[in-house]
Amino acid sequence: MSQDIRIKKGLTIKLKGVAKKKVSDLPRTTIYAIKPTDFHGITPKLSVKVGNKVKAGDLLFYSKENEMVKFTSPVSGEISEITRGAKRRILDIRIVADTEDTYKEFKKEDPSKMTTDTIKSYLSEAGCFPFFIQRPYDVIVNPSDVPKAIFISSFSSAPMAADEAFALQGQEPFFQTGINALKKLTSGKVHLSVNGEENNMFNKVEGVEIHRVFGKHPAGNVGVQINKIDPINQGERVWTIKPQDVAIIGKLFQTGKYDATRVIALAGSAVTNPQYYRVKIGVKLEKLFQDQIKASNVRYINGDVLTGKWIRKNNFLSFYTTLVSVIPEGDHYTFFGWLPFTQNKLYSMSRTFFSWLTPNKEYVLDTNMNGEERAMVLTGEMEKVFPMDIYPMQLLKATLVSDIEKMEKLGIYEVAPEDFALIDYTSSSKVEAQAIIREGLDLMIKEVG
Amino acid sequence: MQFLNNLMEKYRPHFQKGGKFEKYGPAFSGIDTFLFVPKHTTKRGAHIRDGIDLKRVMIVVVFALIPVTLFGIWNVGYQHFSQLGVEKGFWELFGYGAIRFLPMVVVSYVVGLGIEFAYAIIRGHAVNEGYLVSGLLIPLIMPIDLPLPMLAISVVFAVVIGKEAFGGTGMNILNPALLARAFAFFSYAGSMSGDAVWVADSKITDGVSGETILGALAQGKEVGYSVIDMFIGYIPGSVGETSVLMILIGAAFLLFTGIASWRIMLSTIIGGAITAFLFNLWGINTIMNFPWWQHLMVGGFLFGTVFMATDPVTAAQTTKGKWIYGFLIGVLAILVRVFNGAYPEGMMMAILLMNVFAPLIDHYVIEGNINQRLKRAKKIVTA
Repeated sequence: MSQDIRIKKGLTIKLKGVAKKKVSDLPRTTIYAIKPTDFHGITPKLSVKVGNKVKAGDLLFYSKENEMVKFTSPVSGEISEITRGAKRRILDIRIVADTEDTYKEFKKEDPSKMTTDTIKSYLSEAGCFPFFIQRPYDVIVNPSDVPKAIFISSFSSAPMAADEAFALQGQEPFFQTGINALKKLTSGKVHLSVNGEENNMFNKVEGVEIHRVFGKHPAGNVGVQINKIDPINQGERVWTIKPQDVAIIGKLFQTGKYDATRVIALAGSAVTNPQYYRVKIGVKLEKLFQDQIKASNVRYINGDVLTGKWIRKNNFLSFYTTLVSVIPEGDHYTFFGWLPFTQNKLYSMSRTFFSWLTPNKEYVLDTNMNGEERAMVLTGEMEKVFPMDIYPMQLLKATLVSDIEKMEKLGIYEVAPEDFALIDYTSSSKVEAQAIIREGLDLMIKEVG
Repeated sequence: MQFLNNLMEKYRPHFQKGGKFEKYGPAFSGIDTFLFVPKHTTKRGAHIRDGIDLKRVMIVVVFALIPVTLFGIWNVGYQHFSQLGVEKGFWELFGYGAIRFLPMVVVSYVVGLGIEFAYAIIRGHAVNEGYLVSGLLIPLIMPIDLPLPMLAISVVFAVVIGKEAFGGTGMNILNPALLARAFAFFSYAGSMSGDAVWVADSKITDGVSGETILGALAQGKEVGYSVIDMFIGYIPGSVGETSVLMILIGAAFLLFTGIASWRIMLSTIIGGAITAFLFNLWGINTIMNFPWWQHLMVGGFLFGTVFMATDPVTAAQTTKGKWIYGFLIGVLAILVRVFNGAYPEGMMMAILLMNVFAPLIDHYVIEGNINQRLKRAKKIVTA
């Protein structure tokens, strides 16, 4: 085992409404959808038409940029609708599901006996490459690359995050098989970071370099872990993947079926009974929310409250997410809300609130900005929640003016928008750091590639 | 509160896009957001946000200035009457000070905020909170006898040339409050320096000497005040700078809330202490022999350390840079005091000079980080 990683800079935000450790099967819904908008930078080329029948694992579309990156159906059924937005951009591909799934048959294989190339084409056929996200740029990998390492963070430290070890209960053999496949894809190591405070199934995984990580959020962010374990240099590529997706890949090799089942958490202060549900990727979420939401004026978020996507109630589960959060909207005025030492129902990093006295209290936070966007004035506050060896404010400013050379020098290759989520949260000038970094990364893809 | 909300609700549409007074929207929303934290919700990025905003930050600094302001007002009365040899009660002293000082505050805020609002309307951006602090700092670092028109012109210069020309709050290079003082200092030297400006009416009243401790030292005279006087602040000087005790209370508040950088404060004091101590060892004239720890207590040193050097916009922005920046301010302030007889207080010049150099300090600190990253990449290539 390697050296422990301790994250001192950061902020763990405790919110009310963490999911209880109980899994229910969500009754099968009629409609599922895969949303090309979940895959940043991908231009979809459709392989199906409305009315086509598909099995689970059948090709729906592939990436125009790279035909190896294929996207397959999570369920069996009939393509019912392809919705398009502005400029005819495809928003989602909807499938009316059969009452029971039939699967496309892949060969049962033992990845440790396969060559890298056969594993790659196997994963590509089943639509598993979208699970791999590359750093730099935080986009889907290019399957023909050989990454210098693969990183898996087995836990998330974000507010109300799902407990991946709990979600993967009973899937341990699949996870191990998935790891065996990953080992063939990199020239270096497969790094698995585990929560230092816990001893769970991930500590027993073989064939990986295990790193115990302690400390505040963003300790669970894979980007922070990469920065501490083996930082990315210009020109290098590393791949990352989430634990439940490793299990899906493992199951594919063992059973020959692309079974896109996930255990997700429904959490948030607006949820009556926050708990876990067993669902398939792309499930229509309306049923999940039925009789579960306390108020009418709430925000539904695919993902955690710091990095997730704002969705409508009748939207679908995102491809990558294992958490759906519901919190109250905050469209209200607060009289003299800026007076120091008032508004103590809010959680703050600063001592102009009393929340530092109650670090273990669970807070109910809404979506109010708690202020207005301003020029960056205070210094040092971003550094307090940014545990990488990078100057976040200088990088943001270089990104704002599209100074590519400076962005490179300041470490743009090592970061993803999620690493700036806490800066979004704590900034007294309400800087939209995640959005700025996303635009910066897109610029880098265009200019440098 | 509900009444106010209803009232604002009624007028808000007129000032929003498409409203009758759309042009004046920034001015209206400046008042509106002062009364109410707006109902804006998160649109992109994190869905929840910390409660802190710039308004709260600025108000914390204003709170930190209240002890020195109250003491300063009283001290204006005390200095005036004690030099005349007249015994007066607490409220009479305070009342006299208030009558002299409050007009300066009013002029500073009216002129400064007026310009801020005008710029917000012309440029169509939101009114920034920065001037809430500058507006109080400016009268606190001026001599009490400064004529109000001079104060007004200094404010205009500081806000227009010092701040708005660079793009407003957050973009300025020099501390606006110190810039106002520097402007007044060079334009109206007679009203800004010498022995006869630091106590109210000292120019027109016989028997009142407005000499400060540093002024006396520069002329090789003995200091007529005890250490306790310096600590509590029963000495002549700019309104806000005299009381070490009150400044320390403000500093404690700023450090507790984490708004000001403790690194800058500490390194400035270290820099000043070391320099003054070295001069003590040299010791060839009165000001060099002035004990090093008393150097830190008199003049604007401590006030500048706590409230001016820590201005995040004009200070160095990197952690390492803050240490260097503060240390050099301390060193320079004492150097100016000792070597420039004509201008006994060096704090203003020291901070303004380091404001100019702060980006350079940051540049080299960041270069260090960049080189480290390049070295790491090279190691991989050669390995």
